[in-house]
Amino acid sequence: MGLRRAIVLVALMEVTWSLNVTTVGPKTVSTDASAHPEPAEENTEQKEAATAEEDVMATGELNPNHYPAQRAAKVVQHYLNTRYGSPYKLFGLKQVHSGNAEEVADSGRKYQLEISVHEIISNTQEKCSAEVFFPSGAKQLSPQVQVSACEEILKLDAKSEDEALYQQYKTNKTVRTEERLPDSHGHIDPEMTPFWHLSIVASSFIMLKESTENTLYNVAQVANITQLATENEQLKFDCHVLLHDMVSQEIPQWKLLFTWSPAEGVKVLHTEQLPHIHEREKQAKPN
Amino acid sequence: HQVFRIVPKDDAQLALVRVLEDILDLELDFWRWVTPVDVRVPSHSLQVVKSYLENHRIKYFTMIKDLQALLDEEQRQMKSVASAGNSDSFDYTNYHTLSEIYSFQDMLVAENPKLVSKMVIGQSYEGRLLNVLKFSTGGSNRPAIWIDTGIHAREWVSPASGIVFAKKIVTEYGTDSALTEILNKMDIFLEMVVNPDGYHFTHTDNRMWRKNRKQNRDSRCVGVDLNRNWNAGFGGHGSSNNPCSEIYRGTRAHSEPEVKSIVNFVKSHGNIKAFISIHSYSQMLLFPYGYTKKPAKDQDELDQVAQKAITDLASLYGTSYRYGSIITTIYQSSGGSIDWTYNQGIKYSYTFELRDTGHFGFILPANQIVPTANETWLALKVIMDHTFKNPY
Repeated sequence: MGLRRAIVLVALMEVTWSLNVTTVGPKTVSTDASAHPEPAEENTEQKEAATAEEDVMATGELNPNHYPAQRAAKVVQHYLNTRYGSPYKLFGLKQVHSGNAEEVADSGRKYQLEISVHEIISNTQEKCSAEVFFPSGAKQLSPQVQVSACEEILKLDAKSEDEALYQQYKTNKTVRTEERLPDSHGHIDPEMTPFWHLSIVASSFIMLKESTENTLYNVAQVANITQLATENEQLKFDCHVLLHDMVSQEIPQWKLLFTWSPAEGVKVLHTEQLPHIHEREKQAKPN
Repeated sequence: HQVFRIVPKDDAQLALVRVLEDILDLELDFWRWVTPVDVRVPSHSLQVVKSYLENHRIKYFTMIKDLQALLDEEQRQMKSVASAGNSDSFDYTNYHTLSEIYSFQDMLVAENPKLVSKMVIGQSYEGRLLNVLKFSTGGSNRPAIWIDTGIHAREWVSPASGIVFAKKIVTEYGTDSALTEILNKMDIFLEMVVNPDGYHFTHTDNRMWRKNRKQNRDSRCVGVDLNRNWNAGFGGHGSSNNPCSEIYRGTRAHSEPEVKSIVNFVKSHGNIKAFISIHSYSQMLLFPYGYTKKPAKDQDELDQVAQKAITDLASLYGTSYRYGSIITTIYQSSGGSIDWTYNQGIKYSYTFELRDTGHFGFILPANQIVPTANETWLALKVIMDHTFKNPY
């Protein structure tokens, strides 16, 4: 190419470069006359510092109190609840003792963790070892979890309570409530508490599936739960749950259809994510 | 006391259950005799009754694990409906509406006119007053400690704790030597509801609302995240430019009146030495920065003070907190309040994330308000004491 064209090209690139630097983010100069004008320059520096420190995922030995190990450990909690949770058995994460992360070829990242798991209802704790694998790739695949060295807490017996509940609701009674569990004040009717637990267990299937290294899920509230006709000896339920993702601070809403029996545990038949609350809010209030 | 629901499968089992009624020592109180049978069992009889039922293979389950707790809860709820005439009969064990909180503020000022005064530092988007209580024993523009609660609407235990903190200050001045020493030389400012529009909305419409109630131009979505609107790393990662996002940062730094009021107050006061913002949930004590991985220049000192604070917090009920910088401990977040205050030179800038760690989350049961506030108060005193003893 000719020298002139080369110069033009270089000039263009320089312009493009400076455009990139200054147009990132919204305007920061205050237009309020009475306000002390915020120093835009200081802000650009801060912004550049922030963008330069994009998510470089931690590798090697992890600080157990920092978020990478904590997020991976939370996934273990969801996994345990899907496998062993019941109306009278529910797991929480108590502590992360140590953690390690490594890249796995081109397929994802693997965490090795030493954690303490807490069975909430009996208020017992045990140390566990766990491995969490977050697959990479465009299609969001769910994490894979393996747990070892904590058999005691998993074998904890809630059988008589689970069985009594199962018998009662299999034929005699039916549960249905439009009341939120818990209500705004954190209160929950004792008779509904086992169904709140069951909804958390069922939600754990969703939370497990949706978890990544950039999420931290908890159940925010159960909007409602309805018992449907017992099928194949399984109690069957339809529920609407509000989840909370700590990282985005969003409240995703899901509807779930699931079954439960002491013998089979919780099995999720169908899930459906509901539209973002903001859109629905606007539709509900037409002015 | 527990309440059992017994499910006898036939008349023979039912007869066996009736036998229990005749054993007066057990002091059983049968609530209903139509199957299933409900009976209140005092704690001294629990083991005997359980063994008896299990030996005869009679199905039962515990319907109410703790009757006393239920009755206490009912009392609590009834109390909260009745309005308090003074801060001693105010119900600290319950969540309150915005107007109840504002009434409490006026009550506290009326009862302690020499120590407490109320300032209005601005108005919210919807025109509500932004009240700050000033606790002062005199002087002029003394070095001060700022505490705020209720910046995120759904974090109810935060303003609920703020109410307890206010009462603690007036109660402990003159009785707690550490606090008395501090208040004799420093002022304390407490803004109980930074986001009154959002808080009101969580009572009337949506318990899970977080942001303020700003009508965003050219968007169907409402609200700005008040803790992404500060001029510290504004616009960077860890906040959003989408008005529909829960972490929407707003059109520019300090665009929101709720934030601007505090910025104006802090700048014009000029002598604030500690700035503490209270959130929920996660059980963490955090210090700057959130917008950058670059460590705060006072990181070591902030870390040490945090460690002492959470140790004292845990001494009350064993509640365990993690601590560290925002960006390493919880997530990267830009435009946060304590990053801005720290960059303004307010060294002791901290954020608390109160109970719990996710089991109840934002909807913490009301019976945990006072324990949460009490343990947190111990941590606050560590920070305030350190600020007092390390003037700068």
